Amino acid sequence: MIIKGVALLAACFLSGLYIGDILGPLLGVKANVGGVGFAMLFLILLTNHGTKYGWLDSKSASGIDFWAAMYIPIVVAMTASQDVVAAVTSGPLAIIGGVLGVLAGFALIPILAKL
Amino acid sequence: MDLAAILSKLLIKNGLICAFLIVGITTHIAYTIAGKLNKKPYASALAIFFGLILAYIGGITTGGHKGLASIPMFAGIGFMGGGMLRDFAITATAFGVELKEIKKCGFVGVLALFLGIISSFVVGVILAFLWGYTDVVSLVTIGAGVVTLIVGPVTGTALGASSEVITLSVAAGVVKSVAIMILTPLLANVCGINNPKSAMVYGGLLGSTSGTSAGMAAVNPKLVPYAAMCATFYTGLGCLMCPSILFLATKAIFG
Repeated sequence: MIIKGVALLAACFLSGLYIGDILGPLLGVKANVGGVGFAMLFLILLTNHGTKYGWLDSKSASGIDFWAAMYIPIVVAMTASQDVVAAVTSGPLAIIGGVLGVLAGFALIPILAKL
Repeated sequence: MDLAAILSKLLIKNGLICAFLIVGITTHIAYTIAGKLNKKPYASALAIFFGLILAYIGGITTGGHKGLASIPMFAGIGFMGGGMLRDFAITATAFGVELKEIKKCGFVGVLALFLGIISSFVVGVILAFLWGYTDVVSLVTIGAGVVTLIVGPVTGTALGASSEVITLSVAAGVVKSVAIMILTPLLANVCGINNPKSAMVYGGLLGSTSGTSAGMAAVNPKLVPYAAMCATFYTGLGCLMCPSILFLATKAIFG
């Protein structure tokens, strides 16, 4: 059943975000802390278990695969709804700050990846 | 009978379906062009770039803040690309991920998160200072904006920054997210983002969920879950650090 995979994904998603929503206020933060990360962790653990013990067949798994494959189109929709005009016209401080912040991050990748 | 009005009403009523069609056509065109140029690996990067162009056109024609989704007929794009479906699809990419890989680079991932937030923040504070801002609250808020577009206003509101500075911090965050989308495909090879470990480091250092999710998708969809796994903690950690430790540190230096 395809919906079984989709429902499993939905269950992982909601419980992950729930933990993130609880963790935020616990740390005194007005944001969801790591919700998607917990959701992914649950999905990895449960799908591993399901494939191993046979309760997750390939038909059910295709329900998860579909949403994973929709990821890039969804990202295209996301970029198409960004406030690009604001980014381009926001004035030099915002532009230089944003770009330099990104370049600083990229510069650190090779160093950290070697650790 | 006004055929155009009937069509526009239909498209507005079925926004999400309309979004599937538009995104499908956009992606198809990008993949066809990339295929014709023998640049298949850049197909998704091109599709994402087209998305940015559509966002620009939508924003400039309407004066709205949601890119193409500012046009009522295409509002469904905003729903399709909104937080709910995006995070749902990101979660789905974790299917098939090796837990061993994630465990192996857990420490480096955490280190990347801290260094990513601190380096962005420092860049923002220094630039704001050079620009003539001298009060600690403004400096910290702009620094937090360079972390992400959510951390900026959260920090600014917590510290009582002026609305002009908060707006500026959001703008810096938006620029950062768009810059990540554009620069990732260009810099991925130079920086060696080609395995789960470097993808986790990338997610932790750059953080912005929208930026890194688009950037990684353009480079290698297989590495998306590793980058997302780290990036998901970035905004929360930023909201935690900026109004507290980083505010106190800035105050000690500039205050």
